[in-house]
Amino acid sequence: MRKLMIAVIGLAVLGAGYLLGKQGQVQVTVIKVKEEPAAEFSSAGSAAVGEHEANAVRRLATPTSGEVLVVRDGESIQDAVSAAGPGAVIKVLPGTYRETVYIDKDNITLSGVIEGGAYPVLEGEGVRNDAILYSGNGTTIENFYITHYKGNGVMGQAGNNFIIRNNIVVDTGVYGIFPQLGKNGIVSHNVLSGIEDAAIYIGMSDNVDVVYNRVFESVAGIEIENSRSALVEANYVYNNTGGILAFVTPGLPIKTCGDVIVRNNFIIDNNHENFAIPGSIVANVPAGTGILIMACDDVVIEGNIITGNNSAGIIFTDFTLATNIPNDPESEPNPDRPKLLDNLMHANGLDPAAVVRAYLATELQTRGPDIVDTVGMDNGCILNASRYRTMGLENYSECEFDTTANVASYTLPEAVPARGLENVDIGKLTYYGVCAGCHAYGVRLIGPPAQIIKALYMENPAGIAAYAQQPVKKREDYPEMPPQGHLGEEALLAAAQFMLQLEN
Amino acid sequence: MRAVLALALLLLAFGARAGEAGFELASHCPPGFERVDGRCFLRSLYQQYASLQSAGVGGLTSGLPALRDGFTPQQIDLGRYLFFDPLLSADRQLACASCHVPELGFADGRGRSVGAGGTELQRSAPSLWNVAFFQRLFWDARAASLEEQLQGPLYDPKEMANSPPVLLADLNRSEAYRDLFAAAFPQEADAEQGGITLPQVYTALAAFEASLISLNSRYDQYAHGYAAALTPAELEGLNVFRSFVARCAECHTPPLFSNQQLAVIGVPEAPGVPLDPGAQAATGDASLRGAFRVPSLRNVALTAPYMHAGNFPTLREAVAFYNGGRGHAVPEGEQLNIHWHIWNPQLGAAELDRLVDFLATLTDQRFMPQVPAQLPSGLSPVHNRPVPAAERQGE
Repeated sequence: MRKLMIAVIGLAVLGAGYLLGKQGQVQVTVIKVKEEPAAEFSSAGSAAVGEHEANAVRRLATPTSGEVLVVRDGESIQDAVSAAGPGAVIKVLPGTYRETVYIDKDNITLSGVIEGGAYPVLEGEGVRNDAILYSGNGTTIENFYITHYKGNGVMGQAGNNFIIRNNIVVDTGVYGIFPQLGKNGIVSHNVLSGIEDAAIYIGMSDNVDVVYNRVFESVAGIEIENSRSALVEANYVYNNTGGILAFVTPGLPIKTCGDVIVRNNFIIDNNHENFAIPGSIVANVPAGTGILIMACDDVVIEGNIITGNNSAGIIFTDFTLATNIPNDPESEPNPDRPKLLDNLMHANGLDPAAVVRAYLATELQTRGPDIVDTVGMDNGCILNASRYRTMGLENYSECEFDTTANVASYTLPEAVPARGLENVDIGKLTYYGVCAGCHAYGVRLIGPPAQIIKALYMENPAGIAAYAQQPVKKREDYPEMPPQGHLGEEALLAAAQFMLQLEN
Repeated sequence: MRAVLALALLLLAFGARAGEAGFELASHCPPGFERVDGRCFLRSLYQQYASLQSAGVGGLTSGLPALRDGFTPQQIDLGRYLFFDPLLSADRQLACASCHVPELGFADGRGRSVGAGGTELQRSAPSLWNVAFFQRLFWDARAASLEEQLQGPLYDPKEMANSPPVLLADLNRSEAYRDLFAAAFPQEADAEQGGITLPQVYTALAAFEASLISLNSRYDQYAHGYAAALTPAELEGLNVFRSFVARCAECHTPPLFSNQQLAVIGVPEAPGVPLDPGAQAATGDASLRGAFRVPSLRNVALTAPYMHAGNFPTLREAVAFYNGGRGHAVPEGEQLNIHWHIWNPQLGAAELDRLVDFLATLTDQRFMPQVPAQLPSGLSPVHNRPVPAAERQGE
């Protein structure tokens, strides 16, 4: 039941209203005035995040314990991280730190202290791999100046609830900021340049806001890849090879990309020569691309200022762009349901890259378009299509909504649980997952049967836990038990309790 | 008093163990599994973690992918006998364990495995540790289940060279096996026909293979929060491994150290050996020329030599390959879609050494199954026949 949202109140057939279509025939400009509210935007992602209270947008915070560690110039940040407990805040004073910092624990706030404009500098000297690696859940990384690393500035591996903000990342290897395989995060107020792949790269992640960043002179400014529920808003993206990318890359273990909102960004003059590493995916990005959507579904592009991008303002395409990747039948190639709301577009396509020129030639064109859909999707929509120079949008309908303002953020209203799961029986998992290598209930394996241990310890799980922590040889006919302190006291006690209630 | 009780229970335990000689199937699950309603389900500390989109890939504290479990203890134990029994091969010279030797990481220590009559095969035998998690099997990913996979070597004329009728006839001729199959598949036991069926054979073998779990290495202790589990050198190696310079973890993704995808990396073949087309031959898709399934690295230190045909004798040489530059070993005239993460990382020699240090922390054989002392067929186990030194070194 499609309602007529916008009434056509006038057709002006004036000289100034004529446009030249691609076949050269005269088209009539349709002037429309909005009459009633449009439909509300909704998506799978918007349902999950719900309506944010106006003052509760991106209120995600890393929990703190009250522990504060201070790192001074000449000291090691990693030493502080290693000594820190979960919930610690590590304050790093201005100075030059030549190291790779890795965070493999939860709820760590790694916070630079900026004094009189002086930052703590992480200096890779062209020999170190990554500046900061984190795998813990609940990580904040802020206020650092990161430069000269071979790999990434900040790289996350599966940490949830991450905040990466207020960092300056300059001339640093492959990716500037790269959270991967994480859920619920914020990348905001960072300045990045001189990155030979994506300056900000959200890889295989869910529920991420990339907001208020300045990215320039990199191959890709901001890339959303094989991710869902991503908001890219209010970023200043200029003089990259490609400004903002949303991709499905085939051959990755998580196959989908969708529910991406690209909103209110400045996407200006992204005409930098492509200096990507040969063989990388972004080596295929034509210089002069404002926004490039490859195979990613349900992308909404709204309220951006997109000017001076010499190949095209916005490109929707499939895997034909990525000529150097093997086929992956599990990766769906079409950029389904593209949604183009109002954007300011001007002076795009004035000097297209060779690959774009070749494509234009097949359409008897020489200037690049504001918007092109190389697939010719029939499930896309656009508002005010006649404002733009477009190609391949013949089958687009008019969008039924005109704003995504009801999605203030794609981050979740509540943090993801620490391990992502609740109601875990750690005693059972420890007993079967570890202890059962040597102990079965009524059968002799390497150690005595659990049935015997049960008879000996009865009401004393702490006794079992203490013994497992520091075993001594007790039985002539059994090998000595190796210490199990690596499991931690909590898991050991839970496993002992579980063992004592076993019946078979 | 407690001591007396303990002694009594100990005797009980010994009694249960002694029963094996008469080929009774275990009624308890193998280590790592909980018995629930008579079936065995994996329990692991990794089950305290979620993973994004439940894909079973991530970082230190990410959950596992879906797996095959839920077999009965009896099916698993029957599979153990079958696995080691050369009765399954046409000439009774080969068992599954001939190429998947327990103490060699369930691989065979050879570059290219040896099949029927000493035939050298095209590829190496992959490790079976953690195969329960793999959605696709074989180097070229052509099988979608363990049951499908194991029929490959069973019936390949170059491998165990058996045939379904001969296999069934041999098994049915054995009273011990008839009894064991009846015990493992009580619902299906049919007194009239009295016959063992092929699906029962496949289920039992799959059940045993899926019980080979290795998730308790020193790396795992570190992942679960015990920082002292790794030495400084190994930690340095972990950081190289997951760095975006070496990029190992991008495809060998924790917790299984495989993302289960196909990848073209351009490994050189031995001199005179033509390029193995990998998944291209299995799928007919030329874009997959030279593509292989990303193998898990768990217990990798036990499974030299490395790659699809033992292309590198040592782990050090295997990691050095990735440092050689993108496509450096691709034969002239070949256009391969080399994976985008294969580049020129320019790692230092010390970093390669640390990578090898780290890979050794993935060793865990704590849940090693017991090799049967005697087989229901009456044949002698064949898998532990010594491999001549000359064969071990050569290709």
